[in-house]
Amino acid sequence: MSSLNPYRNDFSSLPADGGGPGLPLSRRHALQCVFGSSVSLMFGSPPLCAQSPTPPTATPVPAVRAKAVIQIWLWGGPCHLDTFDPKPAAGADYCGPFAKPLDTKVAGMRINELLPVLASQADKLALLRGMTHGINAHETASYVMQTGHPEGGRIVYPSVGAVVSLFKGRAAGYKSQIPPYIVLTEPQGRFSEAGFLGSKHKPFATGGNPAKSPFAVEGIVAEGISEERQRSRRDMLHHMDSLANAAPDHPAIASMRRCEEEAYDMILGNGSKIFDLNQESAALRDQYGRTTFGQACLMARKLVENGVPYITINYQGWDTHKQHFQIMRRQLPEMDKGVGTLIADLASCGLLDSTIVWWGGEFGRTPKVQNESPWNGGRNHYGKAFCSMVAGGGFRGGQVVGSTDARGEEVANRPIYPWDLVGSIYELLGIDPDASLPHPLGLPARVTPGKDEKLPSGGRLREIM
Amino acid sequence: MSRLPENSRFSSRQGMQSPGCLASHISPHLKHCARRRNPYIDCIKAQFQRTLGMVKAIAWVVLWMNAEPSLAAPAPGIQSPREPFETTSFAVPPSRIDTLISKRLAKDGLAPAHPCSDAVFIRRVFFDLIGTLPTSGEVTAFLADKASNKRGKLVEALFARDEFADYWAMKWCDLLRVKAEFPVNLWPNPAQAYHRLVHTCIRNNLPFDRFARGLLTATGSNMRVPEANFFRAVPNREPRALAAAASLAFMGVRQEGWSVAELDSLAVFFSRVGYKSTKEWKEEIVFFDESKPAATTAVNMPDGSQLAIPADRDPRTVFADWLIKPGNPWFARNFANRAWYWFMGRGIIHEPDDVRHNNPPSHPELMAYLEHEFVSHGYDTRHLFRLIVNSRTYQLSCIPAGGNPRAIELFGTYPIRRLDAEVLIDAICAVTGTTEEYSSAIPEPFTFLPDGTRAISLPDGSISSSFLELFGRPARDAGLESERNLNPSGAQRLHFLNSSHIRAKIEQSRILRKSLRSADAPNRLATDLYTTILSRPPTEAEKALFRDNLTASTTRKDALIDIIWALFNTTEFLCRH
Repeated sequence: MSSLNPYRNDFSSLPADGGGPGLPLSRRHALQCVFGSSVSLMFGSPPLCAQSPTPPTATPVPAVRAKAVIQIWLWGGPCHLDTFDPKPAAGADYCGPFAKPLDTKVAGMRINELLPVLASQADKLALLRGMTHGINAHETASYVMQTGHPEGGRIVYPSVGAVVSLFKGRAAGYKSQIPPYIVLTEPQGRFSEAGFLGSKHKPFATGGNPAKSPFAVEGIVAEGISEERQRSRRDMLHHMDSLANAAPDHPAIASMRRCEEEAYDMILGNGSKIFDLNQESAALRDQYGRTTFGQACLMARKLVENGVPYITINYQGWDTHKQHFQIMRRQLPEMDKGVGTLIADLASCGLLDSTIVWWGGEFGRTPKVQNESPWNGGRNHYGKAFCSMVAGGGFRGGQVVGSTDARGEEVANRPIYPWDLVGSIYELLGIDPDASLPHPLGLPARVTPGKDEKLPSGGRLREIM
Repeated sequence: MSRLPENSRFSSRQGMQSPGCLASHISPHLKHCARRRNPYIDCIKAQFQRTLGMVKAIAWVVLWMNAEPSLAAPAPGIQSPREPFETTSFAVPPSRIDTLISKRLAKDGLAPAHPCSDAVFIRRVFFDLIGTLPTSGEVTAFLADKASNKRGKLVEALFARDEFADYWAMKWCDLLRVKAEFPVNLWPNPAQAYHRLVHTCIRNNLPFDRFARGLLTATGSNMRVPEANFFRAVPNREPRALAAAASLAFMGVRQEGWSVAELDSLAVFFSRVGYKSTKEWKEEIVFFDESKPAATTAVNMPDGSQLAIPADRDPRTVFADWLIKPGNPWFARNFANRAWYWFMGRGIIHEPDDVRHNNPPSHPELMAYLEHEFVSHGYDTRHLFRLIVNSRTYQLSCIPAGGNPRAIELFGTYPIRRLDAEVLIDAICAVTGTTEEYSSAIPEPFTFLPDGTRAISLPDGSISSSFLELFGRPARDAGLESERNLNPSGAQRLHFLNSSHIRAKIEQSRILRKSLRSADAPNRLATDLYTTILSRPPTEAEKALFRDNLTASTTRKDALIDIIWALFNTTEFLCRH
């Protein structure tokens, strides 16, 4: 009956071999990283690591830079050609109407024409054009991207957010009343996010709509129920709870009571203030866009300010089998405002250095437009080559890692597998990618796949860390 | 494809099902018992009856003379029964189970709890047997029934309910990993066919040995022979993984519970399972693949026996016959142990799916007794259920007599557990007259279930809702009992205390509208609400509290909303107790 409390992570659930913020920080390595970056910038060489002849090496260990991750999850799979890997030369069969990519402030880095805000932040972005895993099914691809583990095998691994909740949550001194792993707004739900780590590491899904006032965070903010009524209800419940009053010392009843106290801490504590977006200026809210997604981006920044280590923005609507380009015209500007403003805002608050923004979906979309019936101008799932984007938290901006061929169909250079990317994120967070995870059956489980699994790999993203 | 018909004939010759469907071949239970009568069992049975008679006699004296703490009366110094949860005397006679439980409790100087009241019993047995909240009408009729055997009668009535099959099919589909998508990937059509098969087998009370054999030896298409999905609902299709899946489900042994040599021997029986696709979208045939090499030597079984596998025989049938033979050390014992776990919250061997030599039963005699009963009654699962729920042990109150939590572990109380996610939301929907939406976003096209579908009847683990996820519905990844998480969490409490979901259900509820319209006196209104939500009438003190609360808010509507909200948030509502 112990540790029934999902948010009060007792130390016994930590892996035996530790896993706290423990990567040794070598000053020399840190300097090398900084020096390396300034050299390429000073000499004006193209900052496109994909074109750099030196392969990534495994030796330098980056400094722990990141305290938080904002994962912008484009559920359904955004098309690489129509976002960060445009291929205007491939012709209309591939790029559809998007023939004029935008130049960004980084020489040589071009992105889709509907992304001007992101273009203005290009010096902070690292585009990962070599992403690949080859899976075309949503759920399996989501699992692989969200956990950094391959499919198959006996174990269903936890998502990155659940692992961060384990290593950076209550047991590591996280004290806020709001949970350490938050999803804005609807749960991802395609697989059990916490995997074998159990329900205490499941994300807290806010529900509600941050573009509405108030942002009715499910369970925390109840419109029309005053604090006074909340308190009188609680008293009433305590009087009416006859079984609990008959057996107050029963372990099961005591644990129900602890959970209730925790819930009331959130209802009556400062939780509702953290989620109050009305405290932000109207001008800034406009810049983010007054959409659910735009305001979720703003909310994510506020959560980072309040110490939450992992936030997923579950951004739906990218599974565009039909009417692909119509949807892109509507959705790309919304995405651009939200993500672009978030990066600029984090930078101006001084939070970007310690916050990783991770943009991406489970796969890309077929480079060749499906003009035949019934798709009539759609794109299908495509796991062979796609792109993600990272910014901040120790990832160097103004970079492109990897590249695809002329039509975006194959990775041409520097493949990046999900475990390469996820392992890099863990490193920057100070979570040892080789640390053990506590499996309830005692099965061997690690934060990222070990070398013994002999997975294809392009290596961690040393070039931009 | 050409080999398939021959295989089907083969399995028919074995007295098993043709690749049609297990359920269509279910014979009436009595006929079945007659068929499987054998001298070995009869001998044990007779011997056992004699011993049982003797033990019963002794137990009777011990229990009724009150010579030691027993399941007859509370020990001295124990608080008197607490209204409305407990009562002074048992409604059922003591059984062999009770003797063994009280003996073990007495050894530790522990007293059992008081007997539970009729009101507690009806709610408990409804949740435990059919995963369903009793209606206020059912509660009122049961409480008014003066028959001395009314608890036993209720149990029999519940076996016949549709929800009985719904609930136990849900449980078995958890363990068999019935799920359309990742990581099991059965695909929706086969997943639903598989669920339907399990449901039919339970409804028809197919003896458990035949159920197991049917799954373990199935040959045919995943859509037409649903049993064949047993070999598809696995993390991978290596013989060792198939052996691990079979031994987890039917022997309660995890992969780690076997030595490498033992698992390798078991894997031999699954080394000739073949898979092939057809021209139909997502159809897959599971078959006896004779092109794979046959075992050349006899296999050493983990019970010390040796089994030869004829080259022309599907090795799975050899394994299944070994498994379900009376006297197999795992098969019957494992089911009996699981059944005990399902009702009593803890296995006699615990965890119930972690059978190992160094994980002994807490009550060895009880384990042997239940195992024997199961075998001697033709693997009739309802017989075991009946034995357990008609025992005094099951009918104890959930409040430990001396406050010693050790008594909970030794079955001196009924265990308090949060309701299963599915049962909880169904209960809320039943009280409020509202429905939930269940859908599966994968694979496309999406699956949507009709309005009013009850969560306990969902056919596929990929069909879900955020409520079910939050309240620990098993992911159906591992096939372990512990995958169903019944631990309460802060986020769950938050959802009940303050979410728009629960709030909307209360505000739109039938029971609120009815109470607002009602011209009944507060006491009658209180009785109606308590009986509907908590399955019992309120005590006098609760009625007084109700009258106060009814006038506490500015409007009668707010007051009633708050009262219903509070009843939903009581431990009594949220937990089996």
